[in-house]
Amino acid sequence: MKKHLLSSADLSREDAILVLDTAAQLAQVADRPVKKLPTLRGRTVVNLFFEDSTRTRISFEAAAKRLSADVITFSAKGSSVSKGESLKDTALTLEAMGADAVIIRHGSSGAPHRLANAGWINGSVINAGDGLHEHPTQALLDAYTLRENLCGGVGDLAGKRVTIVGDVLHSRVARSNTLLLATLGAHVTLVAPPTLLPVGVENWPCEVSYDLDASLAQADAVMMLRVQLERMNDSYFPTAREYSRRYGLDHRRMESMSEHAIVMHPGPMNRGMEISADVADSKRSVIVSQVTNGVSVRMAVLYLLLGGNSPAQPAPHEGIEE
Amino acid sequence: MSRLVISGARPLGGDAVDIVIDGDKISEINPAGSTNVDGDRVLVADNLVALPGLVDLHTHLREPGREDAETVDSGTRAAALGGFTCVHAMANTEPVADTAGVVEQVWRLGKEAGWCEVRPVGAVTQGLNGVKMAELGAMASSAAHVRVFSDDGKCVDDAVMMRRALEYVKAFNGVIAQHAQEPRLTEGAQMNEGELSGILGLRGWPAVAEEAIIARDVLLAQHVGSRLHICHVSTAGSVELIRWAKSKGIDVTAEVTPHHLLLTDELATSYDPFFKVNPPLRAAADVEALRLALADGTIDAVATDHAPHPSEDKECEWAAAAFGMLGLETALSVVIDTMVRPGLLDWAGVADRMSTRPAQIGRVAGQGGSIEVGQPGNIIVIDPEVMWTVVPSELASRSRNTPYRERTLPGRVVHTVYAGTPTVVDGALAETKNNERSVTS
Ligand SMILES: [Zn+2]
Repeated sequence: MKKHLLSSADLSREDAILVLDTAAQLAQVADRPVKKLPTLRGRTVVNLFFEDSTRTRISFEAAAKRLSADVITFSAKGSSVSKGESLKDTALTLEAMGADAVIIRHGSSGAPHRLANAGWINGSVINAGDGLHEHPTQALLDAYTLRENLCGGVGDLAGKRVTIVGDVLHSRVARSNTLLLATLGAHVTLVAPPTLLPVGVENWPCEVSYDLDASLAQADAVMMLRVQLERMNDSYFPTAREYSRRYGLDHRRMESMSEHAIVMHPGPMNRGMEISADVADSKRSVIVSQVTNGVSVRMAVLYLLLGGNSPAQPAPHEGIEE
Repeated sequence: MSRLVISGARPLGGDAVDIVIDGDKISEINPAGSTNVDGDRVLVADNLVALPGLVDLHTHLREPGREDAETVDSGTRAAALGGFTCVHAMANTEPVADTAGVVEQVWRLGKEAGWCEVRPVGAVTQGLNGVKMAELGAMASSAAHVRVFSDDGKCVDDAVMMRRALEYVKAFNGVIAQHAQEPRLTEGAQMNEGELSGILGLRGWPAVAEEAIIARDVLLAQHVGSRLHICHVSTAGSVELIRWAKSKGIDVTAEVTPHHLLLTDELATSYDPFFKVNPPLRAAADVEALRLALADGTIDAVATDHAPHPSEDKECEWAAAAFGMLGLETALSVVIDTMVRPGLLDWAGVADRMSTRPAQIGRVAGQGGSIEVGQPGNIIVIDPEVMWTVVPSELASRSRNTPYRERTLPGRVVHTVYAGTPTVVDGALAETKNNERSVTS
């Protein structure tokens, strides 16, 4: 593993499988009465959130706490970071606190990259979502969920067909997933109206289609991306109704999927827009387990970037603290 | 009064001669070593190349308003060290150079500093707002003699405003220098739109945003019979449009920056804002097309777009950073690297693209001449072979945002003579006749 996790491209196939295997081991901790390991005791993990995302922040906090790390959270809302304090000044503060890892969420693409490479701090940097760029731990938890549901929870995703639908242009989830799932051997198809696909997407390691119905029958999994309504005002598509009709996943479309295929969504959902309520709540939907898996995968990432050599799980006689 | 003798220099790389300057004009050109220099000041130029002083059509000196980034004095020191004897100071200062008062202030500051000639560029519209025309005639008639007008930093995107401005400046032989950027196509844009912008998640700046404006403006210039200049051409498509316009006899000229001749959008993968610039760095194929266009004269001039920014505007995340990079002290080296060494331009070509033609475009009398008896004493001596490494803290500019940090480049300015007075001697700033301050390093 590299020192930082900034992009799914930082992960080799072996790295990715190691994270998933480690996450599977760590997931067992959640089933214990005391959900805590001493692995990162005395280490400091900083959650640096320049952009509001309660669910990602809570997931990382839970992951770090279950590994007994000291967790400090900087949230942009109402603090100096939202009032123009520079990334550099914040980084220097964190360095003075002795942060071993910084988990950063930022509205600007490349902000985690700057934090990792500008020489401001020494700790590991984990990208928790940057601008329109990437969100690699989301891709890891999606890969974990796919592997659990389609591959018996072992190995890679060779030959599995994953269709990712929606606002690819503005989606860091789509970028990170396309890279990681391809690394793990899956066949990815991106489906979107042409206005919501980036220039150059034809060179990404995936197929691209404008037609959702055509790609559903063969899919082992369909991942619906959140589509923000304000895209309509910028004429990316004419109306919410037309978007939903052409690219939304409703009951009728779900019926055309094969029996075993699953439905995913990184959340938060726009029910009735990209996904209908009955699909979101159906048996095929694994959206709730995506959230659960998020904590295990983030524990694995923190463990592998910070924990180094000790085993992922302590022997039963080792101390487990409150 | 003693004369100045540049001894043993090779004008445009030709035979070595002694160039004698009396007052502010070249008075003699003698075979090397044949000049009696008793009582004269001598600048030794043993077989180094002499060129006419360089003329920059596009310099941001930041004064008035952003003296934390650059001043007329610091910027023109950088210019002298880079071999420039004339710079055009862009209008996007605070206040904007949109009145006779502001352009005269900048012009006067340039005169007081004395490091090179400062020709203010006047804004096309009041406050660069694109809505109301500035007093172009008053600026033209002022002591600053403004001939180049530009809203640079912003595009004159309104077609009617552009048409009127092109027409209006005919009365005083002015030129509109267009910053070609269709605003709607570049809202929030961060880097060249291509495969890389998609991967990096940085909003794309499509080539068509530049090309659409150039296409429109060459047709407007043709329609009203006016003179148009295109700032910082950055795409292969723009080159094709300008080539077509020139073939139709349209009175259009164009400039390219040194950074667009050398650097590509690949550098954005570092997310280092030192590579963030407007227009953005483009693909390798664009760089190639720009070099060929400068070689064949489709692009008339190299212009630095020297854009100083204080460190807090660059030491941040990409989207928050300011656009722009330093250029004055590295321009000639980049041209040697990208054009002279590959054989695309000889020294006469460099003199043409960096001195003669920019002086013609700006209608600057007394600049851009040849090295002949009777011509103005604006001469630089360069060592084209020496290699040097760019160290930001050693630059004369008040800012440090050079994209060439730690890069090794060929060629350095040894002496700069402006109006008969040395401003740079042996690679260091000299005393000038207007400026008692002596800076040597
Ligand atoms: Zn410009």
